[in-house]
Amino acid sequence: MRIIEIPMLALQRLFGVHKLAWVFLLPNLLLFAFFAFLPIFLNVFYATSGGDNILLDDRPYVGAQNFNNLVDCSNYLDPNTCREDKFWRAIWNTLWFVTLQVGIMVGFSLLTAIILNRDIRARGFFRSVFFFPVLLSPVVVALIWKWVLQREGILNAFLDSTGIGGINWLVDAEWAFAWTVFLTVWAHMGFYTLILLAGLQAIPRDVYEAATMDRASPWRVFRKITLPLLAPTMLVVLILALIRGVQTFDEVYAFTGGGPGTATTFIIQYIYEEGFAGAPRVWGMAAAASILVAVVLVILTLIQLWVNRRNVDG
Amino acid sequence: MTPKILKTTALTAGVLALAAPAMAQELRFMCSTDGNECEVYEDILTRFEAANPGVDVVVDVVPYQAILENLPVQLAAGNGPDLAKVTDLGGLNEYYLDLAPHVDRGYWEESFGDFLTWYRGGDGDEGIYGLHTQLTITGPFVNATLFEQAGVEMPGDGATWEDWAAAARQVAEATGTPFPMAIDRSGHRVAGPAISYGAALNGPDGPTLSDDGFTAFVEQFVAWHEDGTMARDVWAGQGGATYQDGAQEFINGELVFLYSGSWQIGRMEESVGDFFDWQVVDSPCGPAGACSGVPGGSGIVGFNDTEHPELVAALIDFLADEEVYAEATARTRNLPAHLGVASAGVDYEGVSEGAAGALNGFAAALPDVDPAAFWYQGYAGNRAMFGITVERVSQAIVGELTVDEAVARMEEDLAAAMAESQ
Repeated sequence: MRIIEIPMLALQRLFGVHKLAWVFLLPNLLLFAFFAFLPIFLNVFYATSGGDNILLDDRPYVGAQNFNNLVDCSNYLDPNTCREDKFWRAIWNTLWFVTLQVGIMVGFSLLTAIILNRDIRARGFFRSVFFFPVLLSPVVVALIWKWVLQREGILNAFLDSTGIGGINWLVDAEWAFAWTVFLTVWAHMGFYTLILLAGLQAIPRDVYEAATMDRASPWRVFRKITLPLLAPTMLVVLILALIRGVQTFDEVYAFTGGGPGTATTFIIQYIYEEGFAGAPRVWGMAAAASILVAVVLVILTLIQLWVNRRNVDG
Repeated sequence: MTPKILKTTALTAGVLALAAPAMAQELRFMCSTDGNECEVYEDILTRFEAANPGVDVVVDVVPYQAILENLPVQLAAGNGPDLAKVTDLGGLNEYYLDLAPHVDRGYWEESFGDFLTWYRGGDGDEGIYGLHTQLTITGPFVNATLFEQAGVEMPGDGATWEDWAAAARQVAEATGTPFPMAIDRSGHRVAGPAISYGAALNGPDGPTLSDDGFTAFVEQFVAWHEDGTMARDVWAGQGGATYQDGAQEFINGELVFLYSGSWQIGRMEESVGDFFDWQVVDSPCGPAGACSGVPGGSGIVGFNDTEHPELVAALIDFLADEEVYAEATARTRNLPAHLGVASAGVDYEGVSEGAAGALNGFAAALPDVDPAAFWYQGYAGNRAMFGITVERVSQAIVGELTVDEAVARMEEDLAAAMAESQ
């Protein structure tokens, strides 16, 4: 009898064979409950309580008041008519950002993956080049681009030298937003390119060979073979990028601080500022806003799970 | 032999492990700095450690943002340090250790007078909570070399904000300087100009950010951003209520007039050097007749969650000693809040003529502080008012809100903040 069998047999005798799985799961379940369920429970508690005290005993119950304050709006399209105008500005900024960023990023990732999938010279080098920004810390990414784009940055120095003249990129709301989209696309594109590249390489070569024999044009091959066969991977990439897009905070906070004004303030920054940076610290409002974001993320995650399952089921 | 050695080692280790907590008394001091304050306190506190064997003072130097954002959360959660150098003087009062039972009240009241009230929780609170180590006052720095190059006369005594704006624009135009003026992105910094435009800050119905005086200043401030008088980079280059000063632009010689404060003297002296001549001038006056800066600064406080209240009080009392306080003030190049040290005068070590002039200039401005400015610094809810001002005025500057909308939002935000705090 091996030494490990002694406690196993004792456990089996104590709980029975059928309950033994629960015994093995218990440590993990306890950790999960402590680090996942407890924070969720606390978040709900904070969202339904008021005041600026952090200790639970000192927080009066306010029911749905924080949620009501967040959604109190005459016209949801115009944040100025909302009680929590900063929340709605952050919501609209996030929606615009996610739409643009995900669209551009998935498009460029696909293009890059297709190019890198071809038999080009120094393919390995270019694959590394595109993946490199993914390895950088978000703060480093933000600082690099801040140095490039600041009033006396490299880009303006170049523009000045060509006689075009510099622009104060990060002080103008539209430019700051556009550069925020660019920065996040640059930083994350490599990851999605890699996934799409794997998807492209999984497409059987013989399908392409058959198309070549049928003298199909490259565009037709792309539309009729590559895109349909890559669609499941594309969908996963799209949903992952959407979730990451909604969660965007660190790079942008270090890059623009959410400014000018609130031009690049996204929903996670709103939550952070309400709960941690502002005075007084409005934990309740931050918790309520985070629950609303969580609902959106859960929906996106469920879609992803459904897509994955559909792919597995064929 | 070996078992004997093992047993002895184990026994020694056990005894040491048990005795160590009883022997060592570690005090954690969270400190942030504009210049050399933390370094100087760390040095001075070695003398306190020498006088109190077994006491180890660990100075944790952190960014200012950590003092503003992380410290309150740590304190609320009961995980704060033993003491810290703070700027939200009255706002954190609920966490302060009352030093009164451990120190000589007479000495403290005589030495620090009204500055003690900034740390108190409100009327009726007679506690002694903080040692005001760094008295500051807001005011303007001017690039004198640019004025000279432009051949423009500096506005003299009693000059208004409009006078300075006109002069700074003239200088910037003549010298090709990018920015005529800048005010640090801070609610505290714009309070002085706002008071000079007639802002009461504490109105008949309580704190306010929407009276005619405050509105008039915001209108002017936004207009100056629109016409290029003010550097947009400072207020529009950030989001939220994040602090941003204009010192770097001034140091780079890209700014004619910077409204900041006395704590920047060391940095100016060190960074500008012989690059150009700079000087401190009086706070400009406004339509309301006031020409006031806003006092402020930072102080060292102990926290009531500390395991060593007597030791924390002894440490702060040690730093409050007139001789020690004078030394720290001289080495950190700050204005003294200790009345005895102030009246005796501070012998600043190795400061340049320019810096000495600046220190004297700021010190001379202290008696002219408007009562509203003194109240604002001592008001426990001022941090909320500062943040609201920065956020909403920034939105007006970048065009997200009109001035009227911004002022209305400020009042709503203030009401909400006060309700939340209650």
